[in-house]
Amino acid sequence: MSETNSLRGQVAIVGAADTEVGKVPQLGATALCVEAARRALDDAGITKDQIDGLVTCNSMAEPHMYHAEAIAEYLQIFPRYCVTANAGGGTTFSVLQNAASAIATGVCETVLISMADSLRSGLSREQAMMLQSSTGHPQFEVPYGATVPAYYALIARAYMDEYGATPEQLAAVAVNARSHAARNESAQMREMISVDDVLSSGMIADPLHLLDCSLISDGGAAVILTSADRAADFPHDPVYVLGAGEGHGHEHISQARSLTTSAAVESGQRAFEMAGLGPGDVDVAEIYDCFTPVVLIELEDLGFCDKGEAGAFVEAGETALDGSLPMNTHGGLLSHCHPGNPGSMFALTEAVTQLRHGAGDRQVKNAEVALVHAQGGIMSSHATLILGREGSA
Amino acid sequence: MSDTPVKHFPRPTPETEAYWQGCRKQELLLQRCKQCKEFQFYPRIVCTKCASEDVEWVNASGQGKILTFTIVRRPVSEAYAADVPYVVALIRLDEGPTMMSNVVQCDPEALQIGNPVHVLFEDWSEDISIPQFSPAKSLT
Repeated sequence: MSETNSLRGQVAIVGAADTEVGKVPQLGATALCVEAARRALDDAGITKDQIDGLVTCNSMAEPHMYHAEAIAEYLQIFPRYCVTANAGGGTTFSVLQNAASAIATGVCETVLISMADSLRSGLSREQAMMLQSSTGHPQFEVPYGATVPAYYALIARAYMDEYGATPEQLAAVAVNARSHAARNESAQMREMISVDDVLSSGMIADPLHLLDCSLISDGGAAVILTSADRAADFPHDPVYVLGAGEGHGHEHISQARSLTTSAAVESGQRAFEMAGLGPGDVDVAEIYDCFTPVVLIELEDLGFCDKGEAGAFVEAGETALDGSLPMNTHGGLLSHCHPGNPGSMFALTEAVTQLRHGAGDRQVKNAEVALVHAQGGIMSSHATLILGREGSA
Repeated sequence: MSDTPVKHFPRPTPETEAYWQGCRKQELLLQRCKQCKEFQFYPRIVCTKCASEDVEWVNASGQGKILTFTIVRRPVSEAYAADVPYVVALIRLDEGPTMMSNVVQCDPEALQIGNPVHVLFEDWSEDISIPQFSPAKSLT
């Protein structure tokens, strides 16, 4: 384990930026990826020629066979480390562990991770649904006509049946996200909602209502990583990578080991172990919220609540800005934006903003340690990051 | 391509061809490992428990229980629109493995986790029949 422990505090995020999000028809998916990169370079105060590592994820709206290479060419940069990641929503943070390792082992010095897609403007509604539902098994799941909300509804019903979680508790997750988005000028959906609004928003796939489901958006976000020794040379306070962990339980939901306990158990334990921290040390959490029940399971599996107790935890306001665990402070995938695979990048840039103490109206006071968690597929591949203002926490 | 929307047809692969041929004959086939006797689904060239390649095809009972389910109100594509509202479920087969399917010939609102179901087959073409499930008679 010493090899993974050695990553703690060795790498810092020195640049972070989002593009405009929501409906951004003036930029295609490739252009959004490049725009996110350009903004992150500006934020870090460096030029593109200082980037020697590039990580992207593929786009559904404008796919490239070799995506990262295509973005490097577009930007006319010539990296020595160039990776297209592909693990759905969990992609973002699993590649961060990969990129941090590349820096720690001297493969490269400064890595740009940029991800974007235009699911809203670059695809028709039906194209977006079909492409996303093709995450199912082509022979043994997709023929049955499941949508992505339907796959997650299978988890939601099993969770509610096993632990007695209520539709109101699921709705409270959406209300929490919206109340934070209302304080975030960049969020796609900012109008306040109530639990009743969620419950009356129309059933998509029982027990998930429209407002239990995340958005369909355009947008991109990027971060720049470098070694901790170089981090002081950049204009903003560095945000150190303290812990990173992954857990991979299945690819297809019909093959899940459990419907109600996820591989977030493993990813969380691995990240906390590397960081030498525990759930009680986390000041702000950005937790993957493609659908409301996912958040409850993740809160439990990451160790913030006992199994079956996350619904009451959110309902009691513990995840509000003034609660014990402010969560999804930008509004999350439910209210900020969700352009597909890049979705969790916005949780990462938000965590950086919070740890720089630059989040304005939605700033969590004295935030020192942030946890970000993402998953891809259908609760399949999980990745957890723990970030801090101090490299030697 | 015609303009008529078409459902997503499974395309059999070498290790799944026997399964789909079974469906065509209204037989639900599972694999069982000859070494460790574990049943498995979906079909693979190795046993998921002991990694033996000595797996054989056996006729499943076709009986199972609903592990979880949803009622789809917004179809994935035009091809599925006529079926709305339709049930997508995970079925725990009596032999042990879990498979995704539709639950049909039922009142979706009356379904519950744990309901017993049995297999039936919907013919989609000359080559492809899709296994679906229906509740035991007392529930329909």
